[in-house]
Amino acid sequence: MKNMTNAQKNKLIDNAFKVFGIACTFFGLIILAILIFNIVEVGLSRIDWDFIKDLPSRRAQKAGIYTALMGTVWILFLTAIIAFPIGVGAGIYLEEYGKKTKWASLLEINIANLAGVPSIIYGLLGLEIFVRIFGLGGSLLAGSLTLSLLILPIIIVSTREALKAVPSSIKDASVALGASKWQTIWNQTLPASIGGVLTGVILAISRAIGETAPLIVVGALAYVPFAPSSPMDEFTVMPIQIFNWVSRPQHEFAVNAAAAIIILLLFTFMMNGVAVYYRNKWQKKIKW
Amino acid sequence: MRTRTQENIIETLLKFATSITILTTIGIIGVLLYETISFFKEVSIIDFITDKEWTPLFAQKHFGILPLVSGTILTTLIAIAVALPIGLTIAIYLNMYAPKGFRKSFKPMLEVLAAVPTVVYGFFALTVVTPFLQTIYPELSGFNSLSAGIVMGIMIIPFVSSLSEDALYAVPKTLKEASFGMGATRFQTSFKVMVPAASSGIIVSIILAISRAIGETMIVAIAVGQQPRLTFDPTVPIETITAYIVQVSMGDVPHGSLEYRTIFAAGITLFIFTFLLNTVSFWIKKKFHEKYD
Amino acid sequence: MTGSEELIKEKKTIIEARNVNVFYGHFQALKDINIIMKENTVTAFIGPSGCGKSTFLRCFNRMNDYIEQFHIKGEILIDQKKIYWKSVAVEELRKEVGMVFQKPNPFPKSIFENVAYGLKIHGVKDKNFIEERVVKSLKDVALWDEVKDDLKKSALALSGGQQQRLCIARTLAVEPKIILMDEPTSALDPISTAKIEELLFDLKQKYTIVIVTHNMQQAARISDKTAFFYMGDLVEYDDTKTIFTNPKQEKTQNYITGRFG
Repeated sequence: MKNMTNAQKNKLIDNAFKVFGIACTFFGLIILAILIFNIVEVGLSRIDWDFIKDLPSRRAQKAGIYTALMGTVWILFLTAIIAFPIGVGAGIYLEEYGKKTKWASLLEINIANLAGVPSIIYGLLGLEIFVRIFGLGGSLLAGSLTLSLLILPIIIVSTREALKAVPSSIKDASVALGASKWQTIWNQTLPASIGGVLTGVILAISRAIGETAPLIVVGALAYVPFAPSSPMDEFTVMPIQIFNWVSRPQHEFAVNAAAAIIILLLFTFMMNGVAVYYRNKWQKKIKW
Repeated sequence: MRTRTQENIIETLLKFATSITILTTIGIIGVLLYETISFFKEVSIIDFITDKEWTPLFAQKHFGILPLVSGTILTTLIAIAVALPIGLTIAIYLNMYAPKGFRKSFKPMLEVLAAVPTVVYGFFALTVVTPFLQTIYPELSGFNSLSAGIVMGIMIIPFVSSLSEDALYAVPKTLKEASFGMGATRFQTSFKVMVPAASSGIIVSIILAISRAIGETMIVAIAVGQQPRLTFDPTVPIETITAYIVQVSMGDVPHGSLEYRTIFAAGITLFIFTFLLNTVSFWIKKKFHEKYD
Repeated sequence: MTGSEELIKEKKTIIEARNVNVFYGHFQALKDINIIMKENTVTAFIGPSGCGKSTFLRCFNRMNDYIEQFHIKGEILIDQKKIYWKSVAVEELRKEVGMVFQKPNPFPKSIFENVAYGLKIHGVKDKNFIEERVVKSLKDVALWDEVKDDLKKSALALSGGQQQRLCIARTLAVEPKIILMDEPTSALDPISTAKIEELLFDLKQKYTIVIVTHNMQQAARISDKTAFFYMGDLVEYDDTKTIFTNPKQEKTQNYITGRFG
């Protein structure tokens, strides 16, 4: 070190940091790889048709994820049909109607804040409002309403981003032909931004699928003997089933948990993949 | 005229959709306040913030929130100690060092880390990280805040790296070129010019990561144990605010009971923490935008 | 030429502005403008950037309504009707007063859908009628032969000049009385520009055209009347020939000879 010039020293530090940077970047990815490898190693052999179609059981080898899987599908479906119109509608309102007023900036701050509220707090809200005051009990509907509120900010923000990307010249052209505001939004702005809007919605719903804590708080049960058949039925979901199995000391249940995690991750990654695919396709199709 | 009425109906519907966000906020604050006020009718607020024990589910009841708060702070500190240096280094590396295509493909890849359901991280912390750490430090308890904190840190790396990189990316090119023009290395330019210029954006990313760590639930519910204690020892079982709420919710606590209200009192404490952090970050963001406009 | 000037005087008044003042917040963009435009004429608005000519143009179809703090005093009459009257439906107004923009802005849809859009939003359901009108409009802008086999293709695939003619066809399809053009050729190459100028001669037979242009030669070539704006004032308004050969105001003289602007 001593007989190095200042420039050489600087160069050395520079290169050392570069190596550290590469190491850090790969650190996260390697951990992710270890995580996935470990889970696949433990759980893959446990997955078979019986595991998917069996009801829960106290005996690890006989237990299946059928009720949890159906619960997750129900939650996914209900949350999507509740959150999609409300979130996209609010996004449209904020971007196209209520711009730049005092009220609008208050709404904006509020939504930014809601996005930062921990998910478990939404669980407490759902417990008091939907479960108790609305009397929905620990039903699928109460769970989906709670998750809908949770993902609303994500949908609103991504809808606004997508609408913002539509050039104003398109809107001008439509309005100049005598189209009303809503005609312009419905016929021009929304079709031109639908890829971005859907990407946001899918990502938000994939987040909802992985959520555990708020559903536990609203009373989703760890043990449900049968798959739900209506929105008013009690339910469990995949992450809660996993949590339940992880919490047990026997190794067989950890194997079950790993197997269920593989299926949950498939769900999550598939939805993320679809979202990314949609976004790329949409970006390619429309070049202004 | 028919279209005019139609337009008005649509605008009203959209306005209603938007107002649900306001109702949500009012609902959250209202619910938390209502139940917490009932809680403080039975428990002294002084005890709540000074008592060093939290045992509402035992026969010998204590209602001191401090052990849960310390548990929350401890896991958050560990998570940030992992995520901050790694996340910031990644941001600088991707912005200043990496080849061009790298940034575009690696940012979304890292963001996958944040998309993995947290219950999966909990499983990972309990069944992989803790046993691994025990081979290095055998006295480590099976439930501990260390492995939960580390795994949480890994989960929030993309919060720090992506948002910080966005902030670095927004720094005017001229600053970077000026520094290079004087013969500075990338390392010097990064830490003497770029990071200071992007500091507000970087701080916002760190605050958001902290806020996310404080509210994180499933990793801690699975991996830290359910033993509220006032300690900063990362090797022993503890409990966080969020883990406590899950613990009560898993059991069969009747509505309207004091135990039931404890989760709202714990919840409001959590809400205040994250609300303050979000407000600070929003405020910094606003200032930052004014600076560059 | 004197003959045609006499003819213009006899034509019906279609646009009239009375004491129009326009403000953006505290800034006054237009000062006490009075002007009368006749049916089936081409009027050119010229003047340096920021003189208010585009703002004025956009008053005729109320496209300024969306600009924050926009505020207008005075009256604008189209076909003797006050267009800033409260009960006026802007959608109806814009059906009568079409607009072509500076940059071609086709919708990201097919060529056919672009032209049919205006009819559809105004409630036309008859498919045969829509098809006929689309074909006619494309023929009117001399685009038909170039696109007749590609009607289903995206309008974004057309060249800039073709896109602009498509935008004009889109405007024609709803049969407006007036067409406003905001520097319609400024983003185009000389050949495309020439085609559009040619088109304006034909369109004049059926429509009243108001065109904002930065190009002095263009104004001289295509318009019957020319209005010169400067810093929010309508400095001079006269027959195009008079403006370019014998302007009464010194400012006009300076501008058209290129001494400023």
